[in-house]
Amino acid sequence: MDMNEKFPIVQLLSGDGRRTGAVCEHVTIERAKLFYEHMVFSRLFDQKAVNLQRQGRIGTYAPFEGQEASQIGSALAMEDGDWMFPTYRDHAATAAFGHSLKNIFLYWKGCIEGCVPPEGKHIFPPSVPIASQILHATGTAWAEQKKGSDRVSLVYFGDGATSEGDFHEGLNFASVFNIPVVFFNQNNGYAISVPLERQMKTKTIAQKSLAYDIPGVRVDGNDVFAVYDETMKAINRARNGNGPTLIEAVTWRYGAHTTTDEPSKYRDQAESKRRRESDDPITRLERFLEIEGAWDSSWAEQVNEEAEQKLNEAVIEMEKTVKSDEALMFDHVFGTDVWPVQEQKHRFFYEGSEKG
Amino acid sequence: MSTAVNTKKLTIVQAITDALKEMLEEDESVLVLGEDVGKNGGVFRATDGLYDLFGDDRVIDTPLAESGLIGSSIGLAMNGFRPVVEIQFLGFIYPGFNQLITHATRIRTRTQSRYTVPLTIRAPYGSGVRAPEIHSDSTEALFTHIPGLKVVIPSNPYDAKGLLISSIKDPDPVLFLEPMRIYRAGKEDVPSESYSIPLGKASRKRTGDDVSIFAWGAMVRVAEKAAEEASENGIECDVIDLRTLYPLDKEVIAESVQRTGRAIIVHEAPSTGGVSNDVMEIINDTSFLYMRAPIKKVTGYDTPVPLFTLEDDYAPDSKKIYRAIEEVTRF
Ligand SMILES: Cc1ncc(C[n+]2csc(CCOP(=O)(O)OP(=O)(O)O)c2C)c(N)n1
Ligand SMILES: [Mg+2]
Repeated sequence: MDMNEKFPIVQLLSGDGRRTGAVCEHVTIERAKLFYEHMVFSRLFDQKAVNLQRQGRIGTYAPFEGQEASQIGSALAMEDGDWMFPTYRDHAATAAFGHSLKNIFLYWKGCIEGCVPPEGKHIFPPSVPIASQILHATGTAWAEQKKGSDRVSLVYFGDGATSEGDFHEGLNFASVFNIPVVFFNQNNGYAISVPLERQMKTKTIAQKSLAYDIPGVRVDGNDVFAVYDETMKAINRARNGNGPTLIEAVTWRYGAHTTTDEPSKYRDQAESKRRRESDDPITRLERFLEIEGAWDSSWAEQVNEEAEQKLNEAVIEMEKTVKSDEALMFDHVFGTDVWPVQEQKHRFFYEGSEKG
Repeated sequence: MSTAVNTKKLTIVQAITDALKEMLEEDESVLVLGEDVGKNGGVFRATDGLYDLFGDDRVIDTPLAESGLIGSSIGLAMNGFRPVVEIQFLGFIYPGFNQLITHATRIRTRTQSRYTVPLTIRAPYGSGVRAPEIHSDSTEALFTHIPGLKVVIPSNPYDAKGLLISSIKDPDPVLFLEPMRIYRAGKEDVPSESYSIPLGKASRKRTGDDVSIFAWGAMVRVAEKAAEEASENGIECDVIDLRTLYPLDKEVIAESVQRTGRAIIVHEAPSTGGVSNDVMEIINDTSFLYMRAPIKKVTGYDTPVPLFTLEDDYAPDSKKIYRAIEEVTRF
């Protein structure tokens, strides 16, 4: 069976911003504008973070430029009370779901406070060990199921993550127990330097759902409407007791894996340039608004200005913290004090001042 | 080192590349495997250029799976190859931990040496480079605790090359940990040809009769700095780079403390369960009556390694070591 045929890439807007003809209630001007605001903000966030890293104001950073539609379309399909499990590359998603911008920046500045989500928001800290978070999402959703709520989990992971055992174990658990979790894969073509063809022999990631007998769908990850719609369907299935879904959002990271990576070592960056020119998710939305007669350049300018302002404020907030308070290292290791940590903390602060 | 040998100036990471190149040339059964080790030359460039020289059959970019990497390398090793696996950071070895602890290190015993596992696993470790979360742990003691595994940590380019060659030639599994803080800390003369440094042998970095300081990896230089300061104040330290953490060099440890009567052990890893405790056991067993002061440990804390704004507070520095030197000499 040809898996490219079995799992066709779902699109609601074609690359040039035209409706593909597929009928979908979600394709509205109002929603397009909302998506646009989030995506523009995300891109400016990403560019700002890369610049802050270059200036030494934050540490190593993992840019997501090019993947905005995948993250915004999926995050905006979630509701309060749902659980989000991001990787190190999913700040567009966490910001859209209500994370504190200051904390997102602080995380990359090397401050543990950055891991803490706002009160009432279920946003897990970015998961660094690849694929490990897939199981946590499965577990929190399992808990919701056991509590009889209709809340769900959504977990982000990359193409490379599908090679880890944790990915397969998570899908299998969710399948066996009919757990309300959405496995949201961003297939950006590379795991650092390793291209998809070396990562797997399968043509698609979506087809891996077959092995677990769960729904699988492949979506154009640069088409924010398609991402939103397919994520919404998957979330609704989960909410209604119909179990997990694997979504493969096909996208591309324009830049480096992280700010310490040099992509020209392993791929022709002309490809990124080409995609930026011909298949950019934000440009696609602009075209759509133009075609629909709803493009308003003064509105767009305002969107950009407001985003800049919000970002600048967050950076000012972030920079109020020069470094974390040393006590944070000791104070949250256990819920009740244990003597080794207490003694070490005491030594650190008082005896001969280990602080030097 | 005699002056007759050809040398080149290399950093630790370049010395590692050089050792891999020597071994790939010398022994056809040697394979280099890992995530991003091929085309990209490794995220730290430790395998830079090897893919071009030896090709995809021998320098292999694998799928992203540490259990897959270590587990299948066990099979390669049992069946005629000498795999050298790169784990991108020590913090990511754990999906493969099961393969290491339940198989790689037991196959010789289980088959009474019918099958063996000449496998080398390389991994950068330790703090000090402002790396993101989980990238900076020093969990060497988890591995010295595994029966059947040798654990090696170089602290300079010369040792890095000689110890890596010995590790690859060793008939059993070796975990070779690379202190990323000093990967590029400076170039030193390294012989151009192949040479090996025996595993299990420590190296004296500085001679003194007042205090013995034992360290490894990036902490060796920090200990040397503290020793220099102590020397200015008339205290002479014997600084020992243990280099191999399993098996430890019992003779050098005993000889040193029997001369000085005072011992300090330095590591970045948390205090509890650290390899320092094994050094203390050796001192206790061999030299109890020679000791003039309680043994001091200068270590990281029993806390997760903090994110990088606090990493310098976490790891031992020369001030903390200097205070320990004062403490044991004043006792
Ligand atoms: C268990 C584990 N192994 C290795 C790494 C090192 N590493 C960080 S990101 C990455 C590639 C991940 O690729 P993918 O899953 O496609 O996600 P992307 O980075 O493309 O978003 C690797 C190998 C890690 N973080 N965790
Ligand atoms: Mg990827």
